[in-house]
Amino acid sequence: MAPAAEMRSADADFIDRLRGGDEAAFVSLVNAYSASLRRLALAFVPNDAVAEEVVQETWLAVLTGLARFEGRSSVKTWIFKILANRAKTRAIRERRTINFSELEDPFEPDEPAVDPARFLPVSHPTWPGHWASPLDSWSASAEDAVVGREMMGVLHRELDRLPESQRVVVALRDVQGWPAAEVCEVLGLSEANQRVLLHRGRSRLRGVLENYFKDNV
Amino acid sequence: MNDDTRREMACQELVEVITGYLEGTLPELDRLRFEAHLASCASCQEYLEQMQALVRLTGKLTTRSLEPENVDSLLSAFRRWRDSQTGL
Repeated sequence: MAPAAEMRSADADFIDRLRGGDEAAFVSLVNAYSASLRRLALAFVPNDAVAEEVVQETWLAVLTGLARFEGRSSVKTWIFKILANRAKTRAIRERRTINFSELEDPFEPDEPAVDPARFLPVSHPTWPGHWASPLDSWSASAEDAVVGREMMGVLHRELDRLPESQRVVVALRDVQGWPAAEVCEVLGLSEANQRVLLHRGRSRLRGVLENYFKDNV
Repeated sequence: MNDDTRREMACQELVEVITGYLEGTLPELDRLRFEAHLASCASCQEYLEQMQALVRLTGKLTTRSLEPENVDSLLSAFRRWRDSQTGL
Protein backbone atom coordinates (compact mmCIF):
# COMPACT_ATOMS: atom_id res chain seq x y z
CA MET A 1 0.00 0.00 0.00
CA ALA A 2 1.28 3.43 -0.91
CA PRO A 3 -1.55 5.84 -0.14
CA ALA A 4 0.48 8.96 -0.93
CA ALA A 5 1.47 7.69 -4.35
CA GLU A 6 -2.07 6.53 -5.04
CA MET A 7 -3.44 9.91 -4.06
CA ARG A 8 -0.94 11.67 -6.29
CA SER A 9 -1.91 9.59 -9.27
CA ALA A 10 -5.63 10.06 -8.53
CA ASP A 11 -4.91 13.80 -8.41
CA ALA A 12 -3.01 13.66 -11.68
CA ASP A 13 -5.85 11.74 -13.25
CA PHE A 14 -8.29 14.35 -11.99
CA ILE A 15 -6.22 17.20 -13.39
CA ASP A 16 -6.15 15.43 -16.73
CA ARG A 17 -9.94 15.22 -16.71
CA LEU A 18 -10.24 18.93 -15.87
CA ARG A 19 -7.76 19.91 -18.55
CA GLY A 20 -9.72 17.76 -20.96
CA GLY A 21 -12.78 19.89 -20.19
CA ASP A 22 -14.66 17.27 -18.13
CA GLU A 23 -17.59 19.24 -16.67
CA ALA A 24 -18.55 16.55 -14.17
CA ALA A 25 -15.03 16.59 -12.75
CA PHE A 26 -15.23 20.35 -12.26
CA VAL A 27 -18.66 20.23 -10.65
CA SER A 28 -17.59 17.47 -8.28
CA LEU A 29 -14.58 19.57 -7.25
CA VAL A 30 -16.76 22.63 -6.68
CA ASN A 31 -19.24 20.60 -4.64
CA ALA A 32 -16.55 18.88 -2.62
CA TYR A 33 -14.67 21.99 -1.54
CA SER A 34 -16.88 25.06 -1.73
CA ALA A 35 -18.26 24.76 1.82
CA SER A 36 -14.75 24.40 3.28
CA LEU A 37 -13.46 27.23 1.11
CA ARG A 38 -16.29 29.45 2.26
CA ARG A 39 -15.52 28.66 5.88
CA LEU A 40 -11.87 29.49 5.37
CA ALA A 41 -12.75 32.71 3.53
CA LEU A 42 -15.06 33.75 6.38
CA ALA A 43 -12.11 33.62 8.72
CA PHE A 44 -10.63 36.53 6.78
CA VAL A 45 -13.43 38.58 5.30
CA PRO A 46 -16.25 40.36 7.12
CA ASN A 47 -19.34 38.65 5.78
CA ASP A 48 -20.93 35.80 3.93
CA ALA A 49 -21.46 37.72 0.69
CA VAL A 50 -17.80 38.64 0.39
CA ALA A 51 -16.78 35.10 1.35
CA GLU A 52 -18.94 33.76 -1.45
CA GLU A 53 -17.28 36.16 -3.90
CA VAL A 54 -13.84 35.09 -2.78
CA VAL A 55 -14.79 31.46 -3.32
CA GLN A 56 -16.04 32.33 -6.80
CA GLU A 57 -12.80 34.16 -7.57
CA THR A 58 -10.85 31.18 -6.31
CA TRP A 59 -12.58 28.80 -8.71
CA LEU A 60 -11.92 31.16 -11.59
CA ALA A 61 -8.26 31.35 -10.53
CA VAL A 62 -8.20 27.54 -10.42
CA LEU A 63 -9.35 27.45 -14.05
CA THR A 64 -6.74 30.01 -15.06
CA GLY A 65 -4.01 28.17 -13.18
CA LEU A 66 -4.94 24.68 -14.31
CA ALA A 67 -2.53 24.72 -17.23
CA ARG A 68 0.34 25.70 -14.94
CA PHE A 69 -0.45 23.34 -12.05
CA GLU A 70 2.56 21.09 -11.61
CA GLY A 71 1.31 18.73 -8.94
CA ARG A 72 3.95 19.68 -6.39
CA SER A 73 1.21 19.86 -3.76
CA SER A 74 -2.15 18.09 -3.74
CA VAL A 75 -4.97 19.63 -5.73
CA LYS A 76 -6.76 20.34 -2.47
CA THR A 77 -3.82 22.18 -0.93
CA TRP A 78 -3.25 24.14 -4.12
CA ILE A 79 -6.88 25.32 -4.20
CA PHE A 80 -6.92 26.28 -0.52
CA LYS A 81 -3.69 28.23 -0.86
CA ILE A 82 -5.22 30.22 -3.71
CA LEU A 83 -8.25 30.90 -1.50
CA ALA A 84 -6.13 31.96 1.49
CA ASN A 85 -4.13 34.41 -0.62
CA ARG A 86 -7.23 35.89 -2.25
CA ALA A 87 -9.07 36.17 1.06
CA LYS A 88 -6.13 37.99 2.65
CA THR A 89 -5.93 40.44 -0.25
CA ARG A 90 -9.66 40.98 -0.09
CA ALA A 91 -9.59 41.50 3.68
CA ILE A 92 -7.04 44.27 3.24
CA ARG A 93 -9.14 45.84 0.51
CA GLU A 94 -12.20 45.67 2.78
CA ARG A 95 -10.06 47.46 5.37
CA ARG A 96 -10.87 44.89 7.93
CA THR A 97 -8.56 45.33 10.87
CA ILE A 98 -7.06 41.92 10.83
CA ASN A 99 -3.94 41.00 12.65
CA PHE A 100 -2.03 38.77 10.29
CA SER A 101 1.01 38.88 12.50
CA GLU A 102 -1.15 36.96 14.94
CA LEU A 103 -0.86 34.00 12.61
CA GLU A 104 2.88 34.24 12.66
CA ASP A 105 3.26 34.91 16.34
CA PRO A 106 0.33 33.51 18.27
CA PHE A 107 2.21 33.63 21.55
CA GLU A 108 1.34 37.29 22.07
CA PRO A 109 -0.46 38.18 24.22
CA ASP A 110 -0.48 35.38 26.71
CA GLU A 111 -3.89 33.91 27.18
CA PRO A 112 -4.61 31.31 29.88
CA ALA A 113 -6.96 28.45 28.95
CA VAL A 114 -8.86 28.97 32.20
CA ASP A 115 -9.17 32.05 34.42
CA PRO A 116 -6.28 31.77 36.95
CA ALA A 117 -8.74 32.71 39.72
CA ARG A 118 -10.31 29.28 39.31
CA PHE A 119 -7.18 27.67 40.74
CA LEU A 120 -5.65 27.67 44.22
CA PRO A 121 -2.54 29.88 44.39
CA VAL A 122 0.91 28.39 43.78
CA SER A 123 1.64 29.25 47.40
CA HIS A 124 -1.08 26.88 48.61
CA PRO A 125 0.54 24.44 51.09
CA THR A 126 -1.11 21.23 49.86
CA TRP A 127 -2.82 21.83 46.50
CA PRO A 128 -0.98 24.54 44.54
CA GLY A 129 -2.48 25.12 41.10
CA HIS A 130 -5.37 22.75 41.70
CA TRP A 131 -9.02 23.58 41.04
CA ALA A 132 -10.26 25.87 43.82
CA SER A 133 -13.67 24.20 43.60
CA PRO A 134 -14.71 21.07 41.71
CA LEU A 135 -15.70 21.52 38.08
CA ASP A 136 -19.43 21.41 37.26
CA SER A 137 -20.16 18.29 35.31
CA TRP A 138 -21.86 18.91 31.97
CA SER A 139 -19.83 16.96 29.43
CA ALA A 140 -22.29 14.06 29.48
CA SER A 141 -25.32 16.25 28.76
CA ALA A 142 -23.59 18.45 26.16
CA GLU A 143 -24.42 16.00 23.40
CA ASP A 144 -27.95 15.43 24.61
CA ALA A 145 -30.42 16.14 21.81
CA VAL A 146 -32.69 18.07 24.18
CA VAL A 147 -29.96 20.61 24.92
CA GLY A 148 -28.82 20.51 21.30
CA ARG A 149 -30.17 23.18 19.02
CA GLU A 150 -29.83 26.31 21.09
CA MET A 151 -26.41 25.35 22.39
CA MET A 152 -25.17 24.63 18.87
CA GLY A 153 -26.33 28.11 17.91
CA VAL A 154 -24.30 29.57 20.76
CA LEU A 155 -21.29 27.50 19.75
CA HIS A 156 -21.55 28.65 16.13
CA ARG A 157 -21.85 32.31 17.13
CA GLU A 158 -18.89 32.12 19.48
CA LEU A 159 -16.76 30.31 16.91
CA ASP A 160 -17.37 33.28 14.62
CA ARG A 161 -16.27 35.62 17.42
CA LEU A 162 -12.90 33.98 18.00
CA PRO A 163 -9.85 35.99 16.95
CA GLU A 164 -9.23 35.36 13.22
CA SER A 165 -6.25 33.11 13.49
CA GLN A 166 -7.89 30.92 16.17
CA ARG A 167 -11.14 30.80 14.26
CA VAL A 168 -9.58 29.66 11.03
CA VAL A 169 -7.58 26.92 12.74
CA VAL A 170 -10.55 25.65 14.79
CA ALA A 171 -12.78 25.81 11.72
CA LEU A 172 -10.40 23.80 9.59
CA ARG A 173 -9.43 21.29 12.26
CA ASP A 174 -12.69 20.77 14.15
CA VAL A 175 -15.47 21.85 11.77
CA GLN A 176 -13.88 20.53 8.57
CA GLY A 177 -11.89 17.78 10.22
CA TRP A 178 -8.60 18.54 8.47
CA PRO A 179 -5.40 16.94 9.74
CA ALA A 180 -2.93 19.30 11.45
CA ALA A 181 -0.34 18.95 8.68
CA GLU A 182 -2.71 20.24 5.99
CA VAL A 183 -3.74 23.22 8.10
CA CYS A 184 -0.08 24.07 8.65
CA GLU A 185 0.64 23.86 4.93
CA VAL A 186 -2.30 25.95 3.74
CA LEU A 187 -1.89 28.65 6.39
CA GLY A 188 1.89 28.58 6.45
CA LEU A 189 1.99 27.85 10.17
CA SER A 190 4.49 25.83 12.16
CA GLU A 191 3.12 22.75 13.90
CA ALA A 192 3.64 24.39 17.30
CA ASN A 193 1.84 27.61 16.33
CA GLN A 194 -1.02 25.70 14.83
CA ARG A 195 -1.38 23.82 18.11
CA VAL A 196 -1.31 27.00 20.20
CA LEU A 197 -4.06 28.56 18.07
CA LEU A 198 -6.15 25.39 18.24
CA HIS A 199 -5.61 25.25 21.99
CA ARG A 200 -6.65 28.83 22.58
CA GLY A 201 -9.68 28.58 20.34
CA ARG A 202 -10.88 25.34 21.88
CA SER A 203 -10.22 26.59 25.40
CA ARG A 204 -12.32 29.70 24.79
CA LEU A 205 -15.16 27.68 23.32
CA ARG A 206 -15.07 25.29 26.25
CA GLY A 207 -15.46 28.32 28.53
CA VAL A 208 -18.44 29.45 26.46
CA LEU A 209 -20.15 26.08 26.87
CA GLU A 210 -19.36 26.09 30.58
CA ASN A 211 -21.12 29.45 30.96
CA TYR A 212 -23.99 28.23 28.81
CA PHE A 213 -24.60 25.28 31.10
CA LYS A 214 -24.25 27.42 34.20
CA ASP A 215 -26.91 29.83 32.94
CA ASN A 216 -29.32 27.59 31.10
CA VAL A 217 -29.36 24.06 32.34
CA MET B 1 15.99 16.03 35.01
CA ASN B 2 14.59 19.18 36.52
CA ASP B 3 11.93 19.50 39.21
CA ASP B 4 9.22 20.29 36.72
CA THR B 5 9.38 16.94 35.04
CA ARG B 6 9.22 14.97 38.28
CA ARG B 7 6.60 17.04 40.02
CA GLU B 8 3.00 15.97 39.90
CA MET B 9 1.03 17.83 37.25
CA ALA B 10 -1.27 20.48 38.73
CA CYS B 11 -4.73 21.14 37.28
CA GLN B 12 -3.62 24.57 36.06
CA GLU B 13 -0.83 22.99 34.03
CA LEU B 14 -3.07 20.21 32.72
CA VAL B 15 -5.53 22.64 31.14
CA GLU B 16 -2.63 24.22 29.21
CA VAL B 17 -1.15 21.00 27.82
CA ILE B 18 -4.45 19.25 27.12
CA THR B 19 -4.40 20.05 23.39
CA GLY B 20 -0.92 18.59 23.10
CA TYR B 21 -2.25 15.53 24.89
CA LEU B 22 -5.22 15.20 22.54
CA GLU B 23 -2.95 15.79 19.51
CA GLY B 24 -0.55 13.13 20.70
CA THR B 25 2.35 15.56 20.68
CA LEU B 26 3.01 15.71 24.42
CA PRO B 27 6.49 14.44 25.35
CA GLU B 28 6.36 10.97 26.91
CA LEU B 29 7.18 12.15 30.44
CA ASP B 30 4.50 14.85 30.35
CA ARG B 31 2.00 12.38 29.00
CA LEU B 32 2.69 10.09 31.95
CA ARG B 33 2.35 12.99 34.40
CA PHE B 34 -0.87 14.02 32.63
CA GLU B 35 -2.34 10.54 32.93
CA ALA B 36 -1.17 10.09 36.51
CA HIS B 37 -2.87 13.33 37.48
CA LEU B 38 -6.01 12.45 35.57
CA ALA B 39 -6.31 9.14 37.40
CA SER B 40 -6.78 10.93 40.70
CA CYS B 41 -8.60 14.14 39.72
CA ALA B 42 -12.32 14.00 38.94
CA SER B 43 -12.43 17.66 37.87
CA CYS B 44 -9.65 17.21 35.32
CA GLN B 45 -11.35 14.05 34.03
CA GLU B 46 -14.45 16.16 33.53
CA TYR B 47 -12.37 18.89 31.88
CA LEU B 48 -10.93 16.39 29.41
CA GLU B 49 -14.39 15.05 28.66
CA GLN B 50 -15.65 18.60 28.11
CA MET B 51 -12.89 19.25 25.59
CA GLN B 52 -13.63 15.99 23.79
CA ALA B 53 -17.38 16.77 23.75
CA LEU B 54 -16.58 20.26 22.40
CA VAL B 55 -14.52 18.83 19.54
CA ARG B 56 -17.33 16.41 18.61
CA LEU B 57 -19.93 19.19 18.77
CA THR B 58 -17.83 21.57 16.69
CA GLY B 59 -17.57 18.79 14.12
CA LYS B 60 -21.34 18.89 13.76
CA LEU B 61 -21.39 22.55 12.75
CA THR B 62 -21.91 22.89 9.04
CA THR B 63 -20.98 25.52 6.53
CA ARG B 64 -23.19 26.41 3.63
CA SER B 65 -21.82 25.56 0.22
CA LEU B 66 -22.18 27.94 -2.71
CA GLU B 67 -25.48 29.47 -3.75
CA PRO B 68 -26.88 27.49 -6.71
CA GLU B 69 -26.70 30.49 -9.08
CA ASN B 70 -23.00 30.79 -8.35
CA VAL B 71 -22.44 27.13 -9.18
CA ASP B 72 -24.19 27.86 -12.49
CA SER B 73 -22.00 30.86 -13.21
CA LEU B 74 -18.90 28.80 -12.41
CA LEU B 75 -20.07 26.16 -14.82
CA SER B 76 -20.44 28.82 -17.51
CA ALA B 77 -16.94 30.05 -16.71
CA PHE B 78 -15.68 26.49 -16.99
CA ARG B 79 -17.30 26.12 -20.42
CA ARG B 80 -15.79 29.40 -21.59
CA TRP B 81 -12.42 28.27 -20.33
CA ARG B 82 -12.79 24.90 -22.09
CA ASP B 83 -13.78 26.57 -25.35
CA SER B 84 -10.83 28.93 -25.18
CA GLN B 85 -8.53 25.91 -24.70
CA THR B 86 -9.86 23.99 -27.68
CA GLY B 87 -9.85 27.17 -29.77
CA LEU B 88 -6.08 27.40 -29.42
